[in-house]
Amino acid sequence: MDGYLRPRTLDDALAMLAATPGCQVLAGGTDVFPARTGAEVWLKRDNRPLLDLSGIAALAGITETATGWRIGALATWTEFCATQLPPAFDGLKQAARQVGGAQVQNRGTLLGNLCNASPAADGAPPLLTLDAQVELSGPAGGRVLPLAAFLLGNRRTALAPGEIATALLLPHPPEGAMGGFMKLGARSHLVISIAMVAGTLALEGGVVRHARLAVGACSATAQRLPLAEAALLNAPPDPARLLPEHLAALTPIDDVRASAAYRRHAALVLLQRLVESLA
Amino acid sequence: MTIALTLNGAAELVAAAPATRLSAALRDACGLTGTKVGCDTGDCGACTVLLDGAQVCACLVPLAQAEGRAVTTVEGLAATPLGAALQAAFHAHGAAQCGICTPGMLMAATELLATTPHPDEAQVQAALGGVLCRCTGYRRIIAAVLAAGSATTASAAAVLALGTATAPLAGAVGAVGESIPRLDGLPKLNGTERFGADDAPADALWLRPIRSPYAHARFSIGDASHLPVRLLTAADIPGRNGFGIYPDIKDQAVFAPGLARYRGDCVAALLGERAAVEAVRWDDLPITWQELPPLTATAAPGGPALHERWPDNILTTGRLRSGETPPPATHIAQGEWTTGFVEHAYIEPEAGWAERHGETIHVHGCTQAPYMDREEVAGVLGIAPEAVRIIPSACGGGFGGKLDVSFQPMVAVAAWLTGRPVRAVWSRGESLASSTKRHPASIQASAGCDAEGRLTSFEFEADYDTGAYASWGPTVAGRVPVHCMGPYRLPFVHSQARAVLTNNPPSGAFRGFGVPQAAIAQEMLWDQLADAAGMDRLEFRLLNALRNGDTTNTGQRLDHSVGLVECLEALRPHWHALRAARRTTGRTRGGVGVACMWYGIGNTGMSNPSTMRLTLAPDGRLTFHNGAVDIGQGSTTVLAQIAAEALGLPVSALHMVLYDTGLTADAGKTSASRQTFVSGRAAQAAGAALRGEILRRANAGAEARLTLSDGTLRVNGEALRLDSTLEGLGSYDPPTVPLDADGQGIPYATYGFAAQLAALEVDMDLGTIHLQKIVAAHDVGRAINPLLVQGQVEGGIAQGIGLALMEEYLPGRTENLHDYLIPTIGDVPEIETILIEAREPLGPFGAKGIGEPALVPTAPAILSAIRDATGATLRRVPALPHRVLEALRGH
Repeated sequence: MDGYLRPRTLDDALAMLAATPGCQVLAGGTDVFPARTGAEVWLKRDNRPLLDLSGIAALAGITETATGWRIGALATWTEFCATQLPPAFDGLKQAARQVGGAQVQNRGTLLGNLCNASPAADGAPPLLTLDAQVELSGPAGGRVLPLAAFLLGNRRTALAPGEIATALLLPHPPEGAMGGFMKLGARSHLVISIAMVAGTLALEGGVVRHARLAVGACSATAQRLPLAEAALLNAPPDPARLLPEHLAALTPIDDVRASAAYRRHAALVLLQRLVESLA
Repeated sequence: MTIALTLNGAAELVAAAPATRLSAALRDACGLTGTKVGCDTGDCGACTVLLDGAQVCACLVPLAQAEGRAVTTVEGLAATPLGAALQAAFHAHGAAQCGICTPGMLMAATELLATTPHPDEAQVQAALGGVLCRCTGYRRIIAAVLAAGSATTASAAAVLALGTATAPLAGAVGAVGESIPRLDGLPKLNGTERFGADDAPADALWLRPIRSPYAHARFSIGDASHLPVRLLTAADIPGRNGFGIYPDIKDQAVFAPGLARYRGDCVAALLGERAAVEAVRWDDLPITWQELPPLTATAAPGGPALHERWPDNILTTGRLRSGETPPPATHIAQGEWTTGFVEHAYIEPEAGWAERHGETIHVHGCTQAPYMDREEVAGVLGIAPEAVRIIPSACGGGFGGKLDVSFQPMVAVAAWLTGRPVRAVWSRGESLASSTKRHPASIQASAGCDAEGRLTSFEFEADYDTGAYASWGPTVAGRVPVHCMGPYRLPFVHSQARAVLTNNPPSGAFRGFGVPQAAIAQEMLWDQLADAAGMDRLEFRLLNALRNGDTTNTGQRLDHSVGLVECLEALRPHWHALRAARRTTGRTRGGVGVACMWYGIGNTGMSNPSTMRLTLAPDGRLTFHNGAVDIGQGSTTVLAQIAAEALGLPVSALHMVLYDTGLTADAGKTSASRQTFVSGRAAQAAGAALRGEILRRANAGAEARLTLSDGTLRVNGEALRLDSTLEGLGSYDPPTVPLDADGQGIPYATYGFAAQLAALEVDMDLGTIHLQKIVAAHDVGRAINPLLVQGQVEGGIAQGIGLALMEEYLPGRTENLHDYLIPTIGDVPEIETILIEAREPLGPFGAKGIGEPALVPTAPAILSAIRDATGATLRRVPALPHRVLEALRGH
């Protein structure tokens, strides 16, 4: 590899990124290195310089703020799981425990998972149901995007040249909100989802007052399902209220893991079970 | 550039670039090759090390991020009480077979036990879920971690006393039937085992194959003088540019001369200093490709010929005709089944090196078949086999995939031409693209039974996609027709299997040689017939099971060691208990399946001898010269137990010289479940021969007691003085009669028998399968080492689970271990193994083989259980959730 940059401050990182066109940002490495390996099989070598964020202390950690939680770009899945958080975050924690094996959970970062922008990113559905926002830093300053606006497609994000994703911002969840996550794959560990669902529900007096449902691996990016959410509102949590037409926005594909039709079906079954489990 | 870190407790300055993967830095810069590289993508976990106590895949960590931190590798484990306890537990429980995943498993377990000293099974699975093992089926590993967690104290000394391959366990008797830990266990636990990629001269050149990205393409190679390295091509092969399993079929070129027949076919190789080789990009290559339409299995028969020699693309057709007309049947069942390519997925990709010594060449690396490699290398170099020495490294899993040569001819040619040592290490992607696979089968079968459930007929026709080159295709097409009716009494069998050439990866040998695919059809038909006849499915099999004295459909009378009835009877109480416990209503429904198998031990109707040698030197050094390659299955231990027992001394008395064509006689290949049976008989004969020599010199009777201590052999207490080395030589070639055109003959000297139960639950809404338990009853003749036999059974079952539920190789699509799925630690349920010992008079102390039999019944038992739970018959494996759901809905 031709270059390796390991800045100690964000300003230095941004300056290096500006000065080194085409360099690739690295945090935990759990997506960067596998992609390089895959290319090397057919001698398509990826020699882009690496900009390693791991030395930037300001990007580490998970902190509570006035408005919610700030998950630094270097925060790993394991770190997240070890953080005391309200039950609304349980879905994201369940996802965290199913990202790769323990080795990947110890190294991979929540934000890196989003920057990699796989349609099957385990973090995306639960983060969508937590109304997560992505903090971006660039030469002209920072901006904050809702997660749905950050994830543009398969392996595409809203990161502009020269920008670095520096944190995930999670608002305080509604009072009493509960979170859940379900992942379906062909084996028990180390598996890329066939489909996965996440949800956050808050009930008042047995009636759903807040609903967020999202599905991953069934379209180019994970999606929230506003129709399904609306169907649950203002009624007791009832899986039967979720109908196939609520999933019409999904665009699943046929691939080695499953058929499109199966994915669409499974997503609904999983959503219904999720609602059942959160009721 | 140097980076400072703490390595296994000591300060270390690592001289490597900051972006270097930590795995590469540890291996190449620090010389710690105990950290294994299985994929470089974080999918296999073989490279797991601890970074500040947390398990990480070293292949995903840039060295720079280890700066100032503590790295612990397998080499550092023995120095800690916890590490030593884990190593001892792994050893005692048989948790390491080939040993390639063991360092990763140990490191993951170390992280767990450091924070959770007394974990439960779920915690063990969660902690070790990121490390793949292809040999053990994980159950022994779980047991070992649980045991290490419950051990109160352990000492490093206890581990250091475990023994090594060349100096076995002090004091071990290792009598036949005793579950001694493997004699070659220690190096697998402390990181000192040397696999194909772990060892090569520092000045070795690096060889990197260039492979076709197209399934079918013409190509031309232009001037390569602009490359900074040498480009080896077909023109550089000094001898015959072809290799292949059969002496008369050398159809696969080392470097294809102008026509690539599958994606992964090798067309050339880069040769030079490593950095220069690794800098060459695809676009630098002076190769012009003309893509051609690929032939698939359906289009190949009668399509344009892939090889001139086989104009209709039919490599071989195996057939069997038994019985003139079938007796009348009351019930008829029929069906079609298809299976996919299955990858061996040994965790050690192919690797090795060669060095020229004058007019001879030495080739080192992982293999299952050193003497066959010797022939291939000699042919490719155009020299005599005696001028080639194959020195196998430890083999990190094989399962049939390392029977064919891979790197051997290439590094040999390169070393021969340059006079320099040359090494090659396949990446996982190259290994997946280039290596042989299990044949996909497309099967049509039908069967009948009478009103009482007695089988009347079985008809079977299958096309096996043998891919672009012959490899073991003829073996598969030969073995399938004689096995596909299973171990049952059948008055009428017509069977045929064709090996069809296509532009797919070469299908070769994979644990069972086509029989596991056929067993799916066979056992699914029995379920249908049993239901039609209103019979219990286990009793149906029992009624029809072969028994001693029966004649098989090849016309072979089996007088001994037909233990199938005992297997089924041993399963019967489990069958009833599991069936009674299953949930038959609701969202998830339980099912219990049963399946049987038989498996001929050794080559099909062909000679496959083995020779073993024992020597006793005047200084009392007793040496076992054993050429059978231990690929993790345990032959080094088992053969030593046999030889020692026949000689009358404990295994601890044996020094060992292991598989090296320069030092050991031909024991044949490690395949066809033959080493315990064939090489075991040779080892027994060698032991008996040396004993005979000793007794003759001592003028002692047959019952004399031998002891060996302090360099002195005593016979009935009397020291025996020797002035020359005594030798005991033993050879064995199982008696067979070649099959005629109707498949009649004596294809095998003996057969393994087995029956397995699978209990599972099917999610009726999602089509997902949750395995609950497997009960496996295997007739092994005699379990020389029950612990190791159990390890084979569990490992075979894990591969059967993969075949049934998740494994499907698609060229160009699943060329990594996150798209190609093999079972993880959470996918193998509790396994109860029942060993049946129907003694085989020909076998060593009554033993037969177990390697392949373990896998064969698992997939059919699982499909049988799915059918029991849901009524749906799966027609295609793997039974991925969407296929199961489709079958449920179609039912």
